[in-house]
Amino acid sequence: MAQSGGKKKVQPHIIEEWTGKIYTSLCITFLIVTIFSMVFFVASKGLSSFFVNGISFGEIFGGTQWKPDGEPALFGALPFIIGSFSTSILAALIAAPLGICAALFMVEIMPKYGKKYLQPVIELLAGIPSVVYGFVGLSVIVPFYRDIFPGQGLGIVAGATVLSIMILPTITSIATDALSALPPGLKEGSYALGATRWQTLYRTVLPTTMPALMTGVVLGMARAFGEALAVQMVIGNAPHIPTSLFESTSTLTSVITLSMGNTVMGSIQNNVLWTLALILMAMTFIFVFTVRWLERRAKR
Amino acid sequence: MSAKTADKVATAVIITFAGVIVLIMAGLLGFILFRGVGHISWDFLTSAPQTIKAGGGIGPQLFNSLFLLVLTMIITIPLGLGAGIYMSQYSKPGKVTNFIRLIVEVLSSFPSIVVGLFGLLVIVNIFGFGFSLFSGALALTVFNLPLMVRITEQAMASVPLAQKEASLALGLSKWKTIKSIMLPIALPIIITGTILSAGRVFGEAAALLFTAGMSSPRLDFGNWNPLSPTSPLNPFRPAETLAVHIWKINSEGLAPDAPEIAAGASAVLILTVLIFNLLARYIGRLMHKKFTATK
Repeated sequence: MAQSGGKKKVQPHIIEEWTGKIYTSLCITFLIVTIFSMVFFVASKGLSSFFVNGISFGEIFGGTQWKPDGEPALFGALPFIIGSFSTSILAALIAAPLGICAALFMVEIMPKYGKKYLQPVIELLAGIPSVVYGFVGLSVIVPFYRDIFPGQGLGIVAGATVLSIMILPTITSIATDALSALPPGLKEGSYALGATRWQTLYRTVLPTTMPALMTGVVLGMARAFGEALAVQMVIGNAPHIPTSLFESTSTLTSVITLSMGNTVMGSIQNNVLWTLALILMAMTFIFVFTVRWLERRAKR
Repeated sequence: MSAKTADKVATAVIITFAGVIVLIMAGLLGFILFRGVGHISWDFLTSAPQTIKAGGGIGPQLFNSLFLLVLTMIITIPLGLGAGIYMSQYSKPGKVTNFIRLIVEVLSSFPSIVVGLFGLLVIVNIFGFGFSLFSGALALTVFNLPLMVRITEQAMASVPLAQKEASLALGLSKWKTIKSIMLPIALPIIITGTILSAGRVFGEAAALLFTAGMSSPRLDFGNWNPLSPTSPLNPFRPAETLAVHIWKINSEGLAPDAPEIAAGASAVLILTVLIFNLLARYIGRLMHKKFTATK
């Protein structure tokens, strides 16, 4: 290709080089623009309930009454915040020991069986869509809890059970990576001193990999916190703070899922729902920064 | 308790927990397939759903899911490949690269419902695409892109450095090296990863509720004009996917056989994801054989 009017010709390989550079830079720019516009739009909508509609921070973060159609309308989001935190923390508490044991099984105890049987099982668990988890939760876990515990079976425990299975693959795969990356000298040293396998695992392997294992748990919790549909199906969706773990409640995601379609864009109720989305987004940032902090500690 | 007993107890506990996970998985799969497979028939897979009567199928939903998957992949693959190549080959280590890495990480952990809301606000309302397959595909692109970038980056990093250096030493330009030497070597990993991420897109629902919509217009499967509103090929029509359908009939299903439909549709969804998984393994192995000349 000749430069218009110029004497010198542009070498074909330079044009080629620039095509590649420009193409890949455009792709990465698209990615960056997307995330910035996401943060901008969600934040501007979410903050408008404070600045345009004049609802106080205290009412949303401290209010226990959610009556968007009431007279006066009340927008206390505390029950949803509590619901989200309690389900995701409980899910992480159930999934963490299971996931870490699965990783120990695959790396330390029976690597052969682990690779052959457990690994594909974990990968499959990761691939099952969340609505299927919700469906199974609704048709197996909820009736099970209804039969053996008081209440309807819907609630924090049902949500946490479903979520714990969903986040198990995240925790397991990160724990497996962390355990396999451990230098062999550490274990060999411990065995050489006459320690049993469990002493080695408990006294040297687990403490050394602890920050990395925590990374997996936090990432799993982040996933549980943001999961919408599976939780919505089993949590019951009552807008109040539950007094027992088996009582129907709501999470931030479930209330957004159910209410967003029924509100008019720009109305006060709609803006408050965007505020809830903003809380979800802020929590994502907190989770990501926690993970980064843990990763820095793991490297040391 | 002596150290030896403690060791035995701990080993037993760990093995039990691993067994519990396998049992959970077997129970889960068994339950879905046992409940659902009996309900799957050719009629169920092709007929339209019923709102109040029993006996509805999942035909349009299944078609929408597959069509949406294709649309999403058409948008995601070039973008994800480009961004991944940039991250692995062009970006220089430093503050900017670290920042982009952080951005990709944040984007990949955004809850899918937040991505759906962003799609509702920006793609559906501001850009004016409305509830449509196209809006859904764009939202899924946002959701899928970080994954694609990570896959490409890992695949490119797995290419032996000597291959790249040899090509550059022969005087090929950097882009030519990437395109003709490195990409073919990285391709098996990229394809495997892409098929796995396609399985995830297939089952995704939360990001689609507010972008692709929760209803399908009456489709005329004899009409292949992509501009007609009743044509299944029109990308600007609203579309309810299989995963969204499962969620809807579980939350507000009115048909008397709603649990059976949910079970059948879940089984179809699971089987599709299984097929994607097996396909990824198979194609990955095939490509690996072809490019590395191992027998």
